This record gives sequence, structure tokens and C-alpha cells, in this order.
Amino acid sequence: MVHTSLDVVDEKISTMGKALVDQRELYLGLLYPTEDYKVYGYVTNSKVKFVMVVDSSNTALRDNEIRSMFRKLHNSYTDVMCNPFYNPGDRIQSRAFDSMVTSMMIQVC
Amino acid sequence: MEGLTLSDAEQKYYSDLFSYCDIESTKKVVVNGRVLELFRAAQLPNDVVLQIMELCGATRLGYFGRSQFYIALKLVAVAQSGFPLRVESINTVKDLPLPRFVASKNEQEARHATSYSSDSENQGSYSGVIPPPPGRGQVKKGSVSHDTVQPRTSADQQEPTSPVVSPQQSPPTSPHTWRKHNRHSSGGNNERSLAGPGPFWSPFGEAQSGSSAGDAVWSGHSPPPPQENWVSFADTPPTSTLLTMHPASVQDQTTVRTVASATTANEIRRQSSSYDDPWKITDEQRQYYVNQFKTIQPDLNGFIPGSAAKEFFTKSKLPILELSHIWELSDFDKDGALTLDEFCAAFHLVVARKNGYDLPEKLPESLMPKLIDLEDSADVGDQPGEVGYSGSPAEAPPSKSPSMPSLNQTWPELNQSSEDTAIVHPVPIRMTPSKIHMQEMELKRTGSDHTNPTSPLLVKSSDLSEENKINSSVKFASGNTVDGYSSSDSFTSDPEQIGSNVTRQRSHSGTSPDNTAPPPPPPRPQPSHSRSSSLDMNRSFTVTTGQQQAGVVAQPPAVPPRPQPSQAPGPTVHRPVDADGLMTHTSTSPQQIPEQPNFADFSQFEVFAASNVNEEQDDEAEKHSEVLPVEKASDPASSLRVAKTDSKIEEKTAASVPANVSKGTTPLAPPPKPVRRRLKSEDELRPDVDEHTQKTGVLAAVLASQPSIPRSIGKDKKAIQASIRRNKETNTVLARLNSELQQQLKDVLEERISLEVQLEQLRPFSHL
Repeated sequence: MVHTSLDVVDEKISTMGKALVDQRELYLGLLYPTEDYKVYGYVTNSKVKFVMVVDSSNTALRDNEIRSMFRKLHNSYTDVMCNPFYNPGDRIQSRAFDSMVTSMMIQVC
Repeated sequence: MEGLTLSDAEQKYYSDLFSYCDIESTKKVVVNGRVLELFRAAQLPNDVVLQIMELCGATRLGYFGRSQFYIALKLVAVAQSGFPLRVESINTVKDLPLPRFVASKNEQEARHATSYSSDSENQGSYSGVIPPPPGRGQVKKGSVSHDTVQPRTSADQQEPTSPVVSPQQSPPTSPHTWRKHNRHSSGGNNERSLAGPGPFWSPFGEAQSGSSAGDAVWSGHSPPPPQENWVSFADTPPTSTLLTMHPASVQDQTTVRTVASATTANEIRRQSSSYDDPWKITDEQRQYYVNQFKTIQPDLNGFIPGSAAKEFFTKSKLPILELSHIWELSDFDKDGALTLDEFCAAFHLVVARKNGYDLPEKLPESLMPKLIDLEDSADVGDQPGEVGYSGSPAEAPPSKSPSMPSLNQTWPELNQSSEDTAIVHPVPIRMTPSKIHMQEMELKRTGSDHTNPTSPLLVKSSDLSEENKINSSVKFASGNTVDGYSSSDSFTSDPEQIGSNVTRQRSHSGTSPDNTAPPPPPPRPQPSHSRSSSLDMNRSFTVTTGQQQAGVVAQPPAVPPRPQPSQAPGPTVHRPVDADGLMTHTSTSPQQIPEQPNFADFSQFEVFAASNVNEEQDDEAEKHSEVLPVEKASDPASSLRVAKTDSKIEEKTAASVPANVSKGTTPLAPPPKPVRRRLKSEDELRPDVDEHTQKTGVLAAVLASQPSIPRSIGKDKKAIQASIRRNKETNTVLARLNSELQQQLKDVLEERISLEVQLEQLRPFSHL
């Protein structure tokens, strides 16, 4: 399901030429009949895509929350990138990054 | 419960365990969680553990009182020895080894075990360390070979009273007993106001870290100074009373309680000291690190770039993951580069790791860099997390204060400097990664530009590059190359913008030459003018389309079409018509001349509008189509209007550059800009302006927020961290903007290229 959402993200990027970095796409449309979840996409300047899948059973998160989460995610990601030992494309093994992500998720749930 | 008789060693051990489990320092009831952990660590099957718990009565009572705990421990020992669990076995089994618990949590026990076995040395050390163990009555059990322990008589007297059963204390346990006794006796000593203790004990008496001291002592080889252990020792006044291990004995409980509280405190202290001590950098080490730093970066106030640091630390042959973690810890401001302090911290961590120390989760205080010279880096993006982490751990939280003031002092400065730099230099702040990214994008664009066949573009790129340098922002030279004056335009526009939004600067550089209109502010007022003027222009255009075109020389192909989504059709319609007229009127130069001034006025607006609009890629497509006819019209006109239109032409063109160049006119930058602006209709301007305003508004808002941030001098760390976060967000916003503008620039350039090509094609026709 994440792969399908990636396709959607790519499609969105190709269509909208100007505002390359749309902070968030509330792609609520990706709601399958059986699996109720929402997929949020976020693209950075460097074409790095963040996809967030949220279970719909959770009281629908507000758009602002999603956006702030993406912003935090972006910040942490740039911090991880700062590390010269990190090769882009590798699995992120930064503990700080992981802790930030888990804290974010816990805070929401 | 029946009476439980425990040996001295067992008593001590159990009391320690009880204190360990008594994290709440209730001294009466042990925390169930801890107890369960302990039992799990005993490596007994679950049903056995349950059985034990039942037998000891904890399940009945619902909690683990001291008696229950002791019974449970005894049963654990029984179970570990392989004896069946029976209530009677508690007292009947002889020579029962102490229960063994295996687990990280039970390191204490493990340590106890080891320490128990390691006896004499520790004893000796302890005795030496503990100056006047005087009160420590020696365990009478035999192990009293501790000559160092002197006035233990009193303690001894107590001990005999304990129902110590068997003197079977194996030799290894004797040290344990000794220790236990020490602990206990120390407590007892205090109680008895032993003469021996002296100054040491009196202060310790206050502390309640008896048990912890004991534990610390047992851990023995831990680096923490023994003084801490003493503290704990001192505090176990009641321990002496522990000698009677009767479950119901209140004394035991009290002693254990004190021991327990002391234990935790001591442990924490010990851990903190063990953390601090190993992480302190000695002078020699520091000097060595500084020398190493110099080899990489001669300037001690400068940075070591990430790549260089990576190579350097890779030589240490640590796994990449660990190096990555070290980097995360030491790169305090997350700028991808290491200052001297950061470098020393990183080096120190590497050294520690090579020596076997585990990497901490957060940067130890002693290694935190002093953010004194961060002004240069403008890396306000200090990791709040780092600071927060370092502050939070139980380890020496108070010791953070020394570093905090420096942080507080430097951060406000940083904020201010960053703010200024942010304003002045669009991109400077941060973050190497973003810089690198921008640079890469810039390179891409320059590369794409070079691929352009049009020479003027290349020429202009050089001009633009200069401009870029001046702006110190990532300007895409390629985009700016179009016109020479465009660069000049940007130059003039830059100073204007410096106080204002960064985007404006970028927009200037990013927009095509035609569009290098002045910063958004100027355009804004103009739109109103341009509107009126544009209307007039339309009329005038219809009349003087040819002229205009001549002068404008295909109003930079990209410019006209884009800015005027609505008007473009109009003027273009006019223009083509006029173009035809021009063809016929080529000779009417004099007529054109008077019209030119009008053009000048209008063109300025249009250019302005065009430039603004150009930023909108949506319009570009439309413009392209419109430009084509315009170009055709303008070609003949341009040929006609050599002299006068030069100035206008210059501005307008990206495509007309060749024409302009041929004409040899490079009018002043200001005139060209307005001309271009004029060309574009106001409508076109407005969308651009709106966009600009939006962008600039966003940026302004962001930047405006920044000033307030630095003022938080001396405010909470949280406020600073929040400001850092905001700055980071600003950076990302700016980066986004930059990319957008670059994209627009690219599109504009493409259009211009296509238009120029068309121009070339059409030229021959016009001459016909």
C-alpha cells in the first residue's frame, strides 16, 4: 500500500510544476474500502518523500498536527543527513532520529 | 511465617537485595516490579517463582515485606541448589549458597558475588579507604581477619546476637560478611556514636545512602571514588541492628530501608561520577586533540568539514555505525562540520570507545562544546535534543549549569547573528547540507545553461555568477545570464532587498533577464500604474506595436507571454497585427521614434509585470504561444528601431540579446527593467506580485519571528531551542522557495531559448 501511495506522490509531483515543495498533501483519497487508513505525503526540495500512513480509527488527526509532524520529521531527517557517515539511501540507524519518531508517534496515539 | 534464620552473610546479602528492590525507599515493602525482576534474574522456572512467592506469603499479603522478601530469597537459594521448595527448607537447609541472580539489573548481586569472592583485596582497599571503619564491628564469624577493622567490638557484640546459624561461611563469603558487617556495623557505629568514625562519619551519618554505599563498595572496582561509598556507609546506622534477621524485626527493616535509600542514591552518584570522570578530557588529551585539529584545519576557530572529519575518524577503524553515532553526539549544532570543541568531543568519544567504554546516549556534559564562537557558523540549529538529553539524565544534572550559562549567552548572539545573516544572505545560515544541496542545484542549472546554444546566455551567466557571489546566495547563474543588464538589475535590486525578504533577491536572480525586475516591492506599486499604463500601452501598442517590438526586440520572449495571462492575448493580438503593419511601416521610423518614449514608459511596466509574472510557470506556457507571434512582429520592428529601441530591447530580452548586442546598446539597467515591466501587463504583474507578496509575506513572517527570538537572552533553554527550531523551519522554507524560483528560472530560460530560435527563423522572413 505504501508503494501505491508512492505512485500517487510521483504523479502529484509531475503535475504540479511550480510549487515543488508542497509541505503536505492530505491525500485522504487513499482510503480503501477495506483498509481504512490515510496516507499523507510530503516532499522535500531534494525530492525526498515522506509517507505517513495513519489508521483512520484514530480520531482523525488534524491537518496541523500532520504538518507539524512532517516538519519535525524533516528536521530530524536533515539532522541525520548532516552526518557524513550516513550514506543517503541507507536505512537510518540514528538513535536520536528513532527516538524522535517514536516520541512523535506516541504523542499522537 | 516461621522464624527465618539467616547467616550473617545471608543477612547482609538479603538486606542489600531488599534495598535494591526498595526503590521507593519505603523500607518496609519492596516494589513488586523489582522483586519480579530479581526473581526472573534468578533463572528459575516461572512456576518455581510462583511457588516461592506463595510460600513466602507475598501472594497472601499482596506485597513483599521484608520478611517475605527474605524468605523468598532463601527459597530462591534453595531452588537454585536443587532442593525442593518447602517451607521447612528455609531453615533446614544448611550450607545453602547465596541465591544467585543473573541479569543486568542484578549487577549488584553479581557484583556482590564477585566482590564476595574477591575479598581480601577489596577489604584491604576498603579498610584503607574507610579511614575509621572503627565502628565496623567485624563479623565475628570468623572472617574477622580484618585487622584493619579495629573497634568492631561493639558491632561484634551485636552480631553474636544474630541468630547466625552456621559458621559455614565459606571463605569467600567471609569477605562478604565482612563487608556486610561493615555496612551494618557502620550503621551501628553511627548509632552508637562510635568514637572511631570521626569526621568522616558524622557527615555521612546524615546521608542516607548506606546500602548504596555498600553496593558501591561491593561493586568494588568501579571508578567512583570511595568517598561516595563512605557516604553510604555512614548512613547505615541502623544496619547494625540488622544483625537479627528476624523477619518481624523492625530494626532490620529500618536498616534495610536506610540501606536501600542509600543504595539508590549512591548508585546514581556512582554512575554519574563514572560517567563524568571517564568523559573528562585531560589537558594532555586536549592538547593532542587540538594538534590533530590543526593538522586538518589550521584555523582553530574554523570548522572541519564533514568529509574531512569522516576520513579522519574512519582511520580509527571503528565501525561506521559507531562513528555515525559519535558524530551525532558531537556535532552539537548539526551543521555538518566540527568546531574545535566538537572535534575534541568526537575524538574523545572515539578514544573512549576504543578503550572499551560504551558510547553514551547523550553527550556528556564535560564534552559539550561551548557555543562561544557560533556566531560565525550561524548554526543556530543547535540540537535542543542534545542539550535536553544531557540535562535530563540523572547523572549530574546540576553540573549542567556551568555549561548552560555559556550556552545561553552564546545562543542569543547566534540568533542575532543568524538573523542578520539570514536577512543579508539568503542562504548563509546553516546548514552545510542545505548549502551543499543548493550548490548542487546551482551546478545543475549552470550545467543546463551551458548546454544552451545561445551564446548570450553563457555570457550572461558569467555576469550572473558575479552577482551570485555578491549575493552569497545560491543564485542560478544560468538563469541570470540572459541579459547583461539583468545582472546589473539584480545588483541594484539586491541592495534594496537586503533589508527585506530573501525571496526577493532570489527572485531577482532567478527570474530571467527580462524579469529581473526590481524587488517585489517596486513592482507592487507599479502594478497599479502598470494597469493604467498597460491599458494605454495596449492602445499604444496597437499603434506602435511595430515600434514596440522593434524596440523591445521580441520583448523577451519569456517575459511578455508569461506575465500576461489575460492581457497577453490582447497585446499579442495587437502585436501580430502591428507586426504586419510594421512590415509595411518599416520606413516610418520617425513615427516610431516618438512612440518609443511611450514604449519606454509602458515597457517598463510591462517588463516589470513580465518579470513578475515570469515567475509563474503556469503562465509560461501561455506566454510561449503568445510570444511567438510577438517575436515575429518584433523582428521587423527591431530591425527598424536600432537606436532608440536599444535600451528597451536590452531589457526585454533574453531573446533579443543578440539583437541588442548587435545594436551595441546596453542601456542602463534601470531603464531596461522598467521597460520590461511595462511590457507585461499589470495583470501579469499582479499575479507575480501576489505570489511574491505571499512568499515574501511568509518569509517576512518567518524572518520577523526571528528577531524576537534572539532577544531571549538568558531565557530558558527551551526558548532557545524553540528559536532554533524556528530557524530551522525558516531555513527549510527558504530552501523551498529557492528551489521554486530556480524552477521558474529554468522554465523561463527554456522559453527564451525557444523564442530565440523562432526569432532566428523568422528573421529571414522579416527581411523579405
